[in-house]
Amino acid sequence: MASLIKTFLLTDLLKGLWTTFKNQKPSKVVTEQYPLNRPPVAERYRGAPRLNTHPETSETLCISCNLCALACPEQLIVVTSERNPETKRKDLTTFTYDVSRCMFCGLCEDACPVDALELTQDFELATYTREGQIWDRQMLEEGPLPVRYTH
Amino acid sequence: MAETTLAPPEVQAETLLDSNELVLNMGPQHPSTHGVLRVILKLDGETVLGTDCVIGYLHRGVEKIAENRTFQQFAPYVDRMDYVAAVSNGLGYCMAVEKLLDVEIPPRAQAVRVILTELNRLASHLLWLGTHALDIGAITPVFLCFREREEVLKIFENYCGARLTTHAFRIGGLQYETYDTFEKECLEFCDLMEQKLKEYHDLLTGNRIWVRRTKGVGILNAADCKDYGVTGPLIRAAGVEWDLRKAQPYCGYENYDFDIPTAETGDTFDRYMVRMEEMVQSCRIIRQAVDALPEGPIKGKVGKVIKPPPGEAYVSIEAPKGELGYYVVSDGSLNPYRVRVRPPSFVNLGALDKMCRGSLVADVVAIIGTIDIVLGEVDR
Repeated sequence: MASLIKTFLLTDLLKGLWTTFKNQKPSKVVTEQYPLNRPPVAERYRGAPRLNTHPETSETLCISCNLCALACPEQLIVVTSERNPETKRKDLTTFTYDVSRCMFCGLCEDACPVDALELTQDFELATYTREGQIWDRQMLEEGPLPVRYTH
Repeated sequence: MAETTLAPPEVQAETLLDSNELVLNMGPQHPSTHGVLRVILKLDGETVLGTDCVIGYLHRGVEKIAENRTFQQFAPYVDRMDYVAAVSNGLGYCMAVEKLLDVEIPPRAQAVRVILTELNRLASHLLWLGTHALDIGAITPVFLCFREREEVLKIFENYCGARLTTHAFRIGGLQYETYDTFEKECLEFCDLMEQKLKEYHDLLTGNRIWVRRTKGVGILNAADCKDYGVTGPLIRAAGVEWDLRKAQPYCGYENYDFDIPTAETGDTFDRYMVRMEEMVQSCRIIRQAVDALPEGPIKGKVGKVIKPPPGEAYVSIEAPKGELGYYVVSDGSLNPYRVRVRPPSFVNLGALDKMCRGSLVADVVAIIGTIDIVLGEVDR
């Protein structure tokens, strides 16, 4: 009899509707106004690659060891260098990184022995051309420069 | 033109399609097939006479890619198979290579691995619950489930820098040390989850529409489960207490106290209840692992170059969807000679025909949802 009354009064459905109603919070806005306010990403976020330079001398930290290129599963990094006859070291000439094929696994970053190559918190990587996705050394050092919108 | 002769009338009647029968394509763009699954249904009115699955729309040849990558380089690719439970995939692959290398994993790394895979099980089950309820017609759960899943993804992002294709584990242990508030966030999430599970039960478990749509639908009994090789929540819902975390413990699961939830009939409602209970058990495991998180190194003794001795290894783990196995063959070089994956979704999908026969078209949607397939893993 009790179950019949429960069936008749739709208690099970009203219980669910009450749960739905409880979760309505019009005061809490979760929508992010994206191009105006960029969402914060985690400190360890794996985004756009960057080739670090020395903060004072602005010389590259890269020692042209080619380990990142060997670690990359997609083989999208190309490093060229020439031997400096005075210091007997390799000087970096070009560094190419094809972002369009990158899956941001972070293996290149792990392989780098001097923390020169790093995946940063930048995530706006769209370009108008395919060629724009192939980043050269200058682009890697400066990083992407997305448009900052204002009202 | 050759002279044609008509078959005798009694043969004609058997071979020609009955005028009541209808062949219907469901998918690959159907939103309830969870991706790009195409199911060819043979119908008599509303009743399903038989089904035929067409898969392969998402085939990327992952196993072949493995042969052209080194052991470390292949690790990010396994995340792209079952992308809902990427951490479990990474664990399975790393464990298979570690078995080949015969290295010991430090206890801290083991514990962090357990925490992350259990969090991933919660995320996977939450996604399953949301989409399964959405398929059947309940709109609210999907929003609530995604809200809670977001918390797990935030922990993943803080831990390893990616939300979905995490690449959290490396061969030999971990790459990243836990961050400062990791333990606190995990425990907070467990509290939140236990509170929210009550809400899900309020929304669905007693709901008469939900019960009518799931009770007695897609029954797969224990014998059929064993015949089809079905594992995971599907076999547990049929009453078989089979969980690889208990049956052949790995990663230190023998140290944690948890139960294997089972049910009896093996219908869609039972599978729902089993997965809901599994979420509670996952929270239990996370709490125990966080409380007893040991200090120490996070990486075992593996070199920069991973070159396992010739041999083969098969490791299977309990992924959210069932038994996930990795079979890795090494010929002593830098690249694996062969990698074969035993995907739970693919094997479980094989039982779809058995579960669908005799049911209604609308129930096919419920049954596909209850198997919990990810097409990235089915097609590989």
